[in-house]
Amino acid sequence: MKIMVNGNGLEVREDVKHIKGLIDFLELEDKPLIIEHNQQILQKEEHEKAILENGDKVEIVHFVGGG
Amino acid sequence: MLKVGNYQFKSRLFLGTGKYPDFDIQKQAVDQSETEVLTFSVRRMNIYDPSLPNFLEKIDVNQYTFLPNTAGAKDAKEAVRIAKLAAASGRCDMVKVEIIGCDKTLLPDPVETLKATEELVAEGFTVLPYTSDDVVLAKKLEEAGAHAVMPGASPIGSGQGIINPLNLSFIIEQSKVPVIVDAGIGSPADAAYAMELGADGVLLNTAVSGADDPVKMAEAMKYAVKAGRLGYEAGRIPRKDYAVASSPEEGISVGN
Repeated sequence: MKIMVNGNGLEVREDVKHIKGLIDFLELEDKPLIIEHNQQILQKEEHEKAILENGDKVEIVHFVGGG
Repeated sequence: MLKVGNYQFKSRLFLGTGKYPDFDIQKQAVDQSETEVLTFSVRRMNIYDPSLPNFLEKIDVNQYTFLPNTAGAKDAKEAVRIAKLAAASGRCDMVKVEIIGCDKTLLPDPVETLKATEELVAEGFTVLPYTSDDVVLAKKLEEAGAHAVMPGASPIGSGQGIINPLNLSFIIEQSKVPVIVDAGIGSPADAAYAMELGADGVLLNTAVSGADDPVKMAEAMKYAVKAGRLGYEAGRIPRKDYAVASSPEEGISVGN
């Protein structure tokens, strides 16, 4: 399955079924991050319910230094 | 005590977290400043190098109130999206609306800032818009429900200090919500001056992070904000054109 993550195409294994699976696949499970899935901002508890499909757009953002 | 919406802060210094030489210096500077509010930006994560450190991992996040900014937004729609992304972290419901309208000066877009403020207030956020030093705009932001207004002292990162104290005074005199002077502060004198004008707080970043010794400058800013506030509360003497002796004129002892 191919999805767009942060503007880049990403080929993920077929067993990655949902956003939580994607986070685990990318080894980001310990990171404080925020997910937007097809323009929908997700709360953490929604990560397992957000099913991934081919062509989905995912934004993975976090806090960085800023004024 | 500074009250912004439902929040209360002992410190009137808000500190940005951008452009420090390294995280250790940044942590020490934040400690020295005794700030309770830290600003952040929201950006894409580097998913291919998750080992990159993040400042949040260096601090006790529960000790601070997060004030994410919407920097990078060009209009109200983008600012609202960034605010919602930040809120989805579960760490904050405050947001600094920052919508740049001019890439060269980094001055804010007043129309989009007002729109974003209206929308974010309706969504239940505690909204602190970064705005130009315009008293009419500040009033409109207040009417839109802004919980504080944050007029710039001079362009972001310029270190020019307060270039229009009169405009800031107009805003401070008329505002019913806290006024936090944001952007352009260069030195402790600038921060103290803002507070002496009657500002409720100061938000700065580059003045500390770009100083030769950011840790020492953070401490200096802490004292400057406190000194300026005390001076404002104490009430300064009026300016006079001519000298007024502070020693008594009577009983001067002359030698002959």
